[in-house]
This record gives sequence, structure tokens and C-alpha cells, in this order.
Amino acid sequence: MIRQFTSAEFFFLVSAVRWTLLLSAIAFVGGATLGLVVALARTSPWQWLRATAGAYILVFQGTPLLMQLFLVFFGATMVGASVDPLAAAAIGLTLNAAAFLGEIWRGCIQAIPKGQWEASTALGLHYVTRMREIILPQAAKIAVAPTVGFLVLLVKSTSLASIIGFVELTRAGQIVNNATFRPFLVFGIVAAIYFALCWPLSLYARHLEKRFGTVSR
Amino acid sequence: MLTPAPADSTPAGERPVMIRMAGVEKYYGTYHALKAVNLDVHQGERIVICGPSGSGKSTLIRCINALEHHQGGEIVVDGTQVGKSSRGLDKVRAEVGMVFQSFNLFPHLTVLQNCTLAPRKVRGLAPKEAEAIAMKYLERVRIPEQANKYPGQLSGGQQQRVAIARALCMAPKVMLFDEPTSALDPEMVKEVLDTMISLAHDGMTMICVTHEMGFARQVADRVIFMDKGEIVEEGPPATFFANPKSERTRTFLGQILHH
Repeated sequence: MIRQFTSAEFFFLVSAVRWTLLLSAIAFVGGATLGLVVALARTSPWQWLRATAGAYILVFQGTPLLMQLFLVFFGATMVGASVDPLAAAAIGLTLNAAAFLGEIWRGCIQAIPKGQWEASTALGLHYVTRMREIILPQAAKIAVAPTVGFLVLLVKSTSLASIIGFVELTRAGQIVNNATFRPFLVFGIVAAIYFALCWPLSLYARHLEKRFGTVSR
Repeated sequence: MLTPAPADSTPAGERPVMIRMAGVEKYYGTYHALKAVNLDVHQGERIVICGPSGSGKSTLIRCINALEHHQGGEIVVDGTQVGKSSRGLDKVRAEVGMVFQSFNLFPHLTVLQNCTLAPRKVRGLAPKEAEAIAMKYLERVRIPEQANKYPGQLSGGQQQRVAIARALCMAPKVMLFDEPTSALDPEMVKEVLDTMISLAHDGMTMICVTHEMGFARQVADRVIFMDKGEIVEEGPPATFFANPKSERTRTFLGQILHH
């Protein structure tokens, strides 16, 4: 039988937001960690490391996120490991986010003037110190705005996890719609909730861009 | 002004060799930037290198601390071969200070932090020790009151003096200057040159790429003229400026001393 769309359905949708946020958070933290490794590899002095990281970025930027989620989810099942949808979605999104953040941050690292590298090298600072004390703190300033911008993209990307059966906001919308048959209303509300999550982030990104974009020294 | 007074009275040429460059070759792709360069720099010697742009003078000093890697010949700094091992390279970079045309101070660190970073991280000094040394050299370049400002808050001349202090904090045996006054407004050139002159009087081994011929006359033991990747001519400033032997040197000096 067809149910009515009541406040219970509405709160079911709202409560699914925590799974969207959890998945976003895991993917962002994981993606940022791995992304830093990718960015450092892309700017490393070793050709083979740059090439490896370049290939990684090429693969993950050049294929649909949905296919990546499928491959992680069904790939794991194929080798006999049973992954729950959250783990599969988190792994897929992390790998994907790492490629994009790695590429964004590579640009930020390379935007630091050559003179900063030369001065720290001439002072005898080693790679780790040079990166930690000189290059990354300056690159981080430039990176803040585009990183928050990417986070907006990531929050919306989590909706694809619904297809491998993880019940986050979009999947919750499908469930409610299956019971109520009010697709326009249900997905309208789902979209509005995404907007409510992303809009403040977009505003924040713009604010950060103004703040860090002008003060470069 | 004062005449150059080396720290000890032995003529520069008889003191031990600090930097030896023998048959140094450097290519950028197919471009031959340094052609069989031979140069011995003795302890306490002050050398000025001049020459037209693209003559290889910056490349030459950048090969000494391996900001550029040379492809042929050898460079030995205070007994350590440059480019043979990474440990040797660390040693050379810790002993050789460099001052750049564009200052290259670290904009996110205060003046004091700029000066203490390498002594702490490379020499392993305690923060207090490093700060004491930094303040000593900031006083030396006459800007101790700017210690807690950021580089962006200083004038170009002040920034370059901080850059000199930053290099001195590592207690280097050699200082390399790569056109240190070329990016400065004219009224700030003197304060930087004065700092360099006082450093020269203290017996620092210095190699300066510069077009400041007044500075060369006043402090240099030897002036070197480079063109097209070669050392064309060298000599003490008196003879170098009065009787340049090569036509290329005469043409160059005519161009830069004319106005």
C-alpha cells in the first residue's frame, strides 16, 4: 500500500544526513591524507615517483566515480572479501578524492616561488624540513579555498554510494519514494537538504579565497 | 673610505684554497653555460664577478653550492667535493651562505624565525642559542628592532640585510652574493653595500656577482670578467679597471662605467 509523506518520512530523510556527513568526512580525511602523499609524489625529485602518481591521477580522474565504486564493491566480493557498502563507498571515494586533492595541491606546491626552494636548499635544509617549514605552510594558504570548494563536490559525490546500497541521504530518498510514490516532492526535499549542506561551504570557500587570495606575503 | 684590510696580513694568494673549480662544465640542454671554468678562491679572498647578462656568472656561483649541478670538471669547497655524495653536499651547503637578488626571505616567518630556522634544523642549536646568534647578526646588519616583523613589512634594503644576517647565522666559511643590489631601489643600494663592505673587512671569503664597480674597486682582491660562459680576464681591481687586456672587457667596462 502507498504511504503518505508525513513528518516521519521527512525526519527519516533528515536523519540520513548523518550518513552522508559521515561518508563525506571519512572520504575527506582519507582523501586528504592520501592526497598529500600524491601531491608530494607529483612534486618529488624522482621521475619514477612523479610518473606513478601521475598515472594514479590519470586513472581516477579519467574514469567515472560510479565505476570506481562498482569496482571496489564488486572487486572485493570477487576476491571473497565481503565489504559492507559503507566501507566500499569510503574506500572508493577516498581513492577518488586523493586523486583530485593531490592534483589541486600539486598546483599549490608548485605555485610557491622557486626562490623559496633555492633559499631553503642553500641554507642546507633537508627535504622534510624544507617541505614542513617552508613550502607546505605557504602552499596551504593557497590551497584552503580550492580544497573547501572540492569538499562541496565530495559531499554531492557521496550520493553515488546509494547505488551500491549504502543508505545515505539519496538512498533514503529512494526508500521513501518507493513507499510514497511522491518522487518530485521527495527528491525535491533531498536536493534541498544537499543544498543546505553545500551552500554554506561554498560561501565559506569564497570567503577564504578573499581572505587568503589577497594577502600573499 | 677604508682600504681593504684582510684579517691576517698574508697576501690572499698565499692563503689556503677555500674553493677550487677545475675545468667546470655546465650545460642547460644543448646550451653551453660554463666552458672549462678554472677558479681558485683563497681563504679570506674577496672576488667580484662581472659580465654581461647570460655570461654564466650566476650559474658559476650557483654551481658552488649545487643549486645548479655541473656536468664536467670538479668543484671542491673546503676540502669537500661538490656533487660526489649527498653528505658532502649537505656539508658544503651548511658552510656556504648565499644571498639572492630577490632576497628570498620566508614570508610566513618573522625576521627572527627566518634567521633561526637553519641554525636550529641544520646545526641543531637550541632555540635560545639560535635566537642569541640571530640577534647578534641582526645587530650586525643594524636592524635588531625589526626582529619580530614579517619580511613583507620591511623595505627592500632591510629585507636584503635580513637575508645577509640569515646566511651569517649559519657561520658560513664562504658567502656567495648573486647580484644582491640589482633588485633594490637606488636609495637602498648603499645600506646593503655597506653591510657587505663591513663583512669584507672582517675577513669573510666572498664571491660577489655584481655590477657595483665602486664596491669592486673598494674591497675586491680580484675582479673577474666573464663572457659567454668563460672567464675572459681577471686581476686586481687597480689593473683590471686601468688596463683591461681583452677587447671584450674594454667594451663591457665602457658600457657600464659610461653613465
